[in-house]
Amino acid sequence: MAQARAETMVHDVVIIGSGAGGGTVTKVLTDLGVSVVLMEAGPMIGMEDFKMLKAPYDVPHRGAGEHAEAYVGDGSGAGLGFGASYGGFGIEGEPYTVAPGSQFGWFRSRVIGGRTNHYGRHQLRFADYDFAPRARDGLGVDWPISYDEIAPYYDKAERLIGVTGKAEGIRSLPDGIFQPPAPLKVHEELVQRSAAKLGIRAINARHAIITTPTNGRPACHYCGQCTRGCATASNYASSYIQIFPAMQSGRVKVVPNAMARELITDASGKVSAVSYVDKETGTERQVRCRTVVLAASACESARLLLNSTASGHPDGVANSSGVVGRNLMDSVGYGMTAHIPAMVGMPSYNGDGYGAGHLLIPWWLWDRKDLDFPRGYHVEVYGGYYMPGIGSFQGSVNDAEGYGLPMKQAIREGYGNYVNLAGRGEMIPNENSYCEIDPTGVVDKWGIPVLRFHWQWGDYELNQVRHMQKTFSEIFDGMGGVYEPPASAEGEAKVPISVGGSVVHELGTVRMGDDPRTSVLNNFCQAHEVPNLFVADAAPFAGNPDKNPTHTIIALAWRTAEYLAEEMRKRNV
Amino acid sequence: MSNITRRQILQQLAAVIAAAGTITRVEAQQVHQMTHLAIAAAGGTYKPNSLSAHEYKTLEHLTDLIIPVEKGAPGAALAEVAAWIDMLLSANAELKQTYTKGLAWLDTAIEQRGAGDFIGATVAQQKALLDLIAYRKNQTTELASAIEFFSLARRMTVDGFYTSRVGMPDIYLGNRVLPAFTVPAESLNYALRRSGLG
Repeated sequence: MAQARAETMVHDVVIIGSGAGGGTVTKVLTDLGVSVVLMEAGPMIGMEDFKMLKAPYDVPHRGAGEHAEAYVGDGSGAGLGFGASYGGFGIEGEPYTVAPGSQFGWFRSRVIGGRTNHYGRHQLRFADYDFAPRARDGLGVDWPISYDEIAPYYDKAERLIGVTGKAEGIRSLPDGIFQPPAPLKVHEELVQRSAAKLGIRAINARHAIITTPTNGRPACHYCGQCTRGCATASNYASSYIQIFPAMQSGRVKVVPNAMARELITDASGKVSAVSYVDKETGTERQVRCRTVVLAASACESARLLLNSTASGHPDGVANSSGVVGRNLMDSVGYGMTAHIPAMVGMPSYNGDGYGAGHLLIPWWLWDRKDLDFPRGYHVEVYGGYYMPGIGSFQGSVNDAEGYGLPMKQAIREGYGNYVNLAGRGEMIPNENSYCEIDPTGVVDKWGIPVLRFHWQWGDYELNQVRHMQKTFSEIFDGMGGVYEPPASAEGEAKVPISVGGSVVHELGTVRMGDDPRTSVLNNFCQAHEVPNLFVADAAPFAGNPDKNPTHTIIALAWRTAEYLAEEMRKRNV
Repeated sequence: MSNITRRQILQQLAAVIAAAGTITRVEAQQVHQMTHLAIAAAGGTYKPNSLSAHEYKTLEHLTDLIIPVEKGAPGAALAEVAAWIDMLLSANAELKQTYTKGLAWLDTAIEQRGAGDFIGATVAQQKALLDLIAYRKNQTTELASAIEFFSLARRMTVDGFYTSRVGMPDIYLGNRVLPAFTVPAESLNYALRRSGLG
């Protein structure tokens, strides 16, 4: 290991991680005149790195892989490389482990902007009741803050980034400040009308996309490629909406390719420095700080705390409660696809639109007490036309076989005429779902101990999936959809619930709360035990309502950053 | 070839096919001639990196049987699918071997049925052979590897065609900058009427 190099300069704020949380803290603090160091475990990128408006033919292998991997073996390893994820469920040299009997997938991005460069852009407010779930049904824990406390920060986030939608007055999904939504696509109209017959209301999707020029950014041009990152900044990513503008202020020092290893504390118990690996050179370095904000993603932030044992914290910094890593949650995921014969032969049109569809079904049974699961889910609607890629028509061709014009006709009848309904439900935290430092001593390529995951869905989540199966079948029936009927849902093994972590809404591992015995952070996401330590990703979440987490990460981080700036002004930290 | 020359040829070709109405062998030959003109305009015949000249010609013809020209729409040959496949074969020895064997089987099998080689046979003879190997129901020990090869070639031809600049517009109208997102009323009404939700 190379010799650690310590800086002498002490920085006011060091932020670890540059996604929705780190980007928000960076922007809010620099706007308030505070200088920050922003550490990111991946590279710095620029607007020219986003692969917008490219097609498969712009890449010689067109997605089959440089060695035609799509056509040999199991067909894995291919792709166009247009996505802006800079990571995935596996990163070379950075393993994680999963305990026997568990299944878990951990999606990580290593790049300035983190996962915001490519995420789906569903931008949903939590409901008032989401902050007090235990008071409602006796499960999980209540948040130490209320909807009214966070609502002004949802407003601020919506004004900055822009969110599509219309005021609907639905309690499970509060209204906000909206950009005009794009019209529904044909398959979405069918879903909306079929759902309406069942008494289920489907609404214009709420995405972090601007449809009118906003804050100097041009409106969306409807290419449908949000996951590649938007070269015109017409959607939200922390890179181009927060970090690049904040860098203009001269108050941000970005340290890319910096893999945080450990927080160093001083005699008073405060964090005095962050030790990290400069991935470019393999050098061990330290950056000294007055305050530190962890925003490395829920599990990465937990890992960093648990690994910070050198200065007399055998269980990790800020972890006397033992809660760090616990209460790990993801969204319940279940999807169902149907072919819609009514659309076969329809006059074709450019249906790209925004990246993740124009229609959303918010939870509609929030006041029902007679269900066999306590919390709700929403439904995301996918399908319709898409840019063809390698393997797009394999299903149609396998069914049709043959060759020539009849086969081509079968491709046309399949293309664009499928609808996918994706349920995203709330999970109740349980004691069998958590992460810990791998007890067998596995380390990554820099020698940093890795996480081991434990995962178990509860009966409530499985019951929720059964409800999704029934509902989705009914919606498809109402529009003449043809689908494989869901298998008999008897017993846990037969419920086709998602693998934990695979919805990429993993959170809750450094939770906030009023009681230091059962939580790590206070109601401003400041560690109970370490006053100059803050967490600003989804780790502080006390629960995981069905709504996608990014909007609440931004709102909570915004509130935390304002509080931190005020505490600094008062010299409390 | 410059893009303009290429576009002109494509437009001319589309006009020829559209004017002709239904597909006949004559038109198909006309398209082939234009394809060769297009390739010539590009500076000569594509030189395969991986396959022999004969194998390449056979593959090019096979892809065009899988996705032939159609009224108003080019086929796999014009979309240069064979060139794309050849490029992939040069990067994967296992895949190349599958193709070399599969293409040789086409020649041998058609010879056993009284023709010369595959490329020299009549379209009727070629199609009679493909009708044997294009369906899983014809599976026998003798035909197993030929069916497997054809399935792979068909899959790659479809992929290569619909991911090409020439083939993609056959079904996909997107990947462009729009000032506003709109849905044609005729499309919506078509689906609403047929779904009973209108």
